[in-house]
Amino acid sequence: MMRSDVAARSSRPAPAPVFTRVARWSPRSRSQRQPRRRRLSWLWRLPVRLLLLLLLTIEIYPLIWLLLSSFKEDAEFSLRPLWALPAGLHWQNYVEAWTTGNIGLYFLNSVLTVFPALALILALSVPAGFALEVMRWRGRNLVLLLFLAGIMVPLQILLLPLFTIYFHLDLIDTRWALIITYTGFGLPLTVFLMAGYFKAIPRELLEAAILDGAGLVQLFLRVAVPLVSNGLVTVALVQFFFLWNDLLFSLTFISNDQLRTIQTGLLNFTGQYGQVAWGPTFAAVSLAVFPTLLLYLLLNQRVIKGLTAGALKG
Amino acid sequence: MEQILRNRRAIVLLVGPALLVYSGVVLLPIVWSLVYTFFEGNVIGGFHFVGLQNYRQLLSDAAFWQALVFTLKYAVTVTAGQILLGLLLALLYVFYLRRASALVRTLVFFPVVLPTVAVAQLFAKIFAIAPQYGLVNAGLALLHLDGWIQAWLGQGSTAFWVLALMDIWRAMGFYAVLLYAGLVEIPAELIEAARVDGASGLRLVWHVILPLLLPILLSALIFSINGTLKVFDSILALTGGGPGQATTPLTLYMFNTAFSYGQYGYGSTLAMALAVLSLIVTIMIFGSARRDVA
Repeated sequence: MMRSDVAARSSRPAPAPVFTRVARWSPRSRSQRQPRRRRLSWLWRLPVRLLLLLLLTIEIYPLIWLLLSSFKEDAEFSLRPLWALPAGLHWQNYVEAWTTGNIGLYFLNSVLTVFPALALILALSVPAGFALEVMRWRGRNLVLLLFLAGIMVPLQILLLPLFTIYFHLDLIDTRWALIITYTGFGLPLTVFLMAGYFKAIPRELLEAAILDGAGLVQLFLRVAVPLVSNGLVTVALVQFFFLWNDLLFSLTFISNDQLRTIQTGLLNFTGQYGQVAWGPTFAAVSLAVFPTLLLYLLLNQRVIKGLTAGALKG
Repeated sequence: MEQILRNRRAIVLLVGPALLVYSGVVLLPIVWSLVYTFFEGNVIGGFHFVGLQNYRQLLSDAAFWQALVFTLKYAVTVTAGQILLGLLLALLYVFYLRRASALVRTLVFFPVVLPTVAVAQLFAKIFAIAPQYGLVNAGLALLHLDGWIQAWLGQGSTAFWVLALMDIWRAMGFYAVLLYAGLVEIPAELIEAARVDGASGLRLVWHVILPLLLPILLSALIFSINGTLKVFDSILALTGGGPGQATTPLTLYMFNTAFSYGQYGYGSTLAMALAVLSLIVTIMIFGSARRDVA
């Protein structure tokens, strides 16, 4: 596609630069900047600055609005403009959402399904990744491929058979149904990413450990796992977000209100109050959004890296 | 050393449990689901074999075709939006913000991690008309554009765009980071060379950068279209598939068929149709890319 274009360009007179800024590729070329350009650049900067401002507004304002609205009394929504600041901090919304709205219970349910599943996923996939990348055996690639196949499968295909299995095992409406499903569903990507991390360990390092007399258990626990611990945290984070945000499985396997997770609980929240009580609804949404957001803000680079790695592998 | 790394029992112990759980929860159900497409019934009433009847029903089911058309329309719109805006953002990060882009990257990325249901609740309020105007309608009222005030989520045509908007908002930062990672890996010398040769602005992007970005662009495209073809959470949480059937994608139609009407066989057939659809689209993207490169 690009074969002739670059070459062809050279024989033609240079076209007038459309985006002068674009032409400056890397910070390295900054030093070559000319004063004429600097004057021009202010004019060019303005629209881009405005664009940037608009972008950040679109990204962030909805959340600010959410937070502010969660502190409003119900009357404020109809009497004052929606974008007005709350008259006071109406904490009652949060109390109502947490207790009568059951968000506290849903939160607990989410914690009690997601974290056991997360622990199981790691406990299963770290050894599997180790075996697939470090150990030597025939069929290794086939098994890796088998795990890979699971990454792209639409969840919908799994629903009915799993429902049938859980129905016969009396697991419908138990946390186990979710824990088991989450674990199995989280495995392919995690195994695949873990295998990648183990692959990155220099082979010589492992060989040296064996020559020094390390057995397999020591090699795994003392040498290999500590070396991938960074990756381990990243994968755990990625899976945490996937599982914490799951709606489909929890909707399918849980109908008992006492066992609902935060997502299904939130889905039904509107129904409980009708559409009249905006305050508690905003408070409930805030309770669901801000812990995730906080986790993200604390660990953002890691989360970004993990999630995009998952996409590229998939 | 060889002995340690070829220890069969250890290998079985290490990989066995994961493989077992994975097979039980993912692989077995895939096969099982295929078998279900030849049956009719559900867990409570029992199953009986019906041959190809589910597939015949699929072809003549108007609701299926409507859901299919909606799914395709939605997937194409949202994927185009996600990738295009993601690309623009990535170019913005690299060429305009450069090293200062980390903060903006982080901020634009964050909706990805938010729970879909929460985001949908938020959008429902932004586009609300009753019991009181949401942000959008209130804003329109303020600007005296009363003719534009409408039930955004109450009509199929506008609900479609609100849904698309929401999913683009949620994911564009994700694709921006993905493509940004691809952009910074393009050797600066190549860009410099093209510049010296007189390429700049749009021509530089179109003739030099995009071809070099193609592999990662394809990954992003495949990931996005596969995600949007399987859209479920956002639609269920924002419109519930309504008004009527207007915003019901295949996934939701399948879910309702199976769990509201207890038709497991036909539900499985719909799930299978969705899987085949994703596969075909993915292969098509790969195929067109190969032609393009060659």
